[in-house]
Amino acid sequence: MKAYRTTQTALRALRRNPMRATLTTLGIIIGVAAVIAMMEIGSGSSAAIQKTIASMGANNLMIHPGTAASGGVSFGAGSVMTLTPDDSEAVARECPAVRSATSVVRVRTQVVYGNKNWVPLFIYGVDPAYLDVRDWTNMAEGEAFTDRDVRNANKVCLLGQTIVRELFEGRSPIGKEVRIKNVAFKVTGVLSAKGANMMGMDQDDIVLAPWTAIKYRVAGTSASTVNQSSAASSSSGVNTLNKLYPSSGASLYPVPSETQAADTPQPVRFTNVDEILAAAKSTAEIPLAIKQITELLRQRHRIHPGEPEDFSIRDMTEMTKALSSTTGLMTNLLLCVALISLVVGGVGIMNIMLVSVTERTHEIGLRMAVGAQARDILRQFLVEAVVLCLIGGALGILVGHGGSYLVKFFLHWPIKTSPGAIIAAVLVSAGVGIIFGYYPAWKASRLDPIEALRYE
Amino acid sequence: MQLIELKDIYKTYYIGELAVPVLKGVSLDIAGGELVALMGASGSGKSTLMNILGCLDHSTSGEYWLDGREVSRLSADERAFVRNQKVGFVFQNFNLLPRTSALENVMLPLAYTAEHLPDREARQRATEMLDRVGLGDRFHHEPSQLSGGEQQRVAIARALVNRPSIVFADEPTGNLDSHTSEEVLRMFQQLNEEQGITVILVTHDANIAHYARRIIHISDGIIDNGAMSGHHQSEAAKAGGVK
Repeated sequence: MKAYRTTQTALRALRRNPMRATLTTLGIIIGVAAVIAMMEIGSGSSAAIQKTIASMGANNLMIHPGTAASGGVSFGAGSVMTLTPDDSEAVARECPAVRSATSVVRVRTQVVYGNKNWVPLFIYGVDPAYLDVRDWTNMAEGEAFTDRDVRNANKVCLLGQTIVRELFEGRSPIGKEVRIKNVAFKVTGVLSAKGANMMGMDQDDIVLAPWTAIKYRVAGTSASTVNQSSAASSSSGVNTLNKLYPSSGASLYPVPSETQAADTPQPVRFTNVDEILAAAKSTAEIPLAIKQITELLRQRHRIHPGEPEDFSIRDMTEMTKALSSTTGLMTNLLLCVALISLVVGGVGIMNIMLVSVTERTHEIGLRMAVGAQARDILRQFLVEAVVLCLIGGALGILVGHGGSYLVKFFLHWPIKTSPGAIIAAVLVSAGVGIIFGYYPAWKASRLDPIEALRYE
Repeated sequence: MQLIELKDIYKTYYIGELAVPVLKGVSLDIAGGELVALMGASGSGKSTLMNILGCLDHSTSGEYWLDGREVSRLSADERAFVRNQKVGFVFQNFNLLPRTSALENVMLPLAYTAEHLPDREARQRATEMLDRVGLGDRFHHEPSQLSGGEQQRVAIARALVNRPSIVFADEPTGNLDSHTSEEVLRMFQQLNEEQGITVILVTHDANIAHYARRIIHISDGIIDNGAMSGHHQSEAAKAGGVK
């Protein structure tokens, strides 16, 4: 009952001097607003920076086939054909820590359009998931090819900015046909600019096409992949799609009946890909993703425990390190700014409360003369401080949130609302009220009533 | 039994190492229902004596019996409780809370009363008090909208709201003109006669002291019996008198 009455007294005292209450609150409003705005703008920027670094491929995992060796001579990484498109699909489907995965088939050859030609740095045969893996889903023009194009080995492709500049001199290539090793590919889209990678290689100097089209129509017999053993690739046997005039190839043998086929089972056609590119869900999940992929591929490739793997997984350690250090840096920076703002707000509250105690010495003396005990005075001033801080905290959240929205609206900066920051701001503003309000309240409660009444 | 009994009260202030004795053995009795003036020049110790009587301060030595209870050794919080229950103060400079209505000013002591008192009842009691001091139409005026006399009457209502047995008035007319002063002093007399409230007027002005039925003259920290006029002395002797 008495606490309720003290609270009421404190509220009345606040209402009596709205100017002072407003000024006191202003300190905490600015403090909390700064915290909220900094947290929202900061975590938005942090997320944007992380996304930028991630789009450089920091979360990417490259799975290469293992090494072939003959008589003590190693042929280097990727010299055996152990990875299949099915592996890629299984990785995307069965590893929870993997966001998406794509098969990659590489060739290096000339691309021709009209009277111009160019040898791109990268001609990749991929799944549509490649764009997601590389964070490259924003097309500058047109649209990406689909899984259906991959199944049908359709002759469609996406061009990087450099190719567009070199072959089309900046005109739109959509719907035009470029020839890759005499196979005409229709351009369906243009990739957005990505610039150089960490090694300084131009990532826009790229042609992307369905991996089936590249593998069966372009690579085929050409042996242009880097594989040592690609001359013996089984794909040469099925490279009928490569022919310029497919209708000319008449079948020399009768089609085997179902019984015949069942009696003489053909070995399942083995298709290999040069690389599987996967993206982990987040930087933190990279080690987990590596573990899951290793387990899955060992099982799929029927490798017994203890036997060496026939594939290798590499991550972008350098970029991952940069990413996590940036994240840590941003978090610490935000924390520092938030703490400084709150301390400034808190000291502001303490100052005004102290001034208020001095200014109200007479009132305190009078209250004591009519029977207020020390703890009544202490409680009154403490409640005043906490009420001001809570009101200030609530207004601060609104102001801070509004401020960050203005920044988003006018400067187009990314912002990210965090409920955690809001809860923390409320708790902290009440805490600031108690901590910084305690000293002035304590000082007020220690006043001698006679001195206080005589004070002018 | 006397309402107030002081026995050999000493009060010494210390300024650094220097001891300044202000009260040097004060003993006096005041019965319930008296109207007493405590008179003395400035520096005579009358304010210090009033602070001790009003339980705002405690003496260095000696006994103080208030309403049958020894209060000179109480803690600060216990003294606050005694002030709240038994004592009302009227100050020279009114000491009303600024920007607060007359009604809320009068209700102030009730906020610190331990007894359970709902807001409505507190309001009603404050209204009654303001009515009694003749401010029935000024409930919601703030001190800055009231004249000096009216402000002092609000202060008197505040002193009375907790139904104290003693009201201390410290130079209650010091800031008022002679006409309003008389009104306020008549009001103290009226309260004393009609309600039997003990009133102690602290003043340096002999004209004001004459409104009281008994004058206690203090000079240099000692009660001076000889300062009392014959007329008052005889009445004082009947009422129990000064030791």
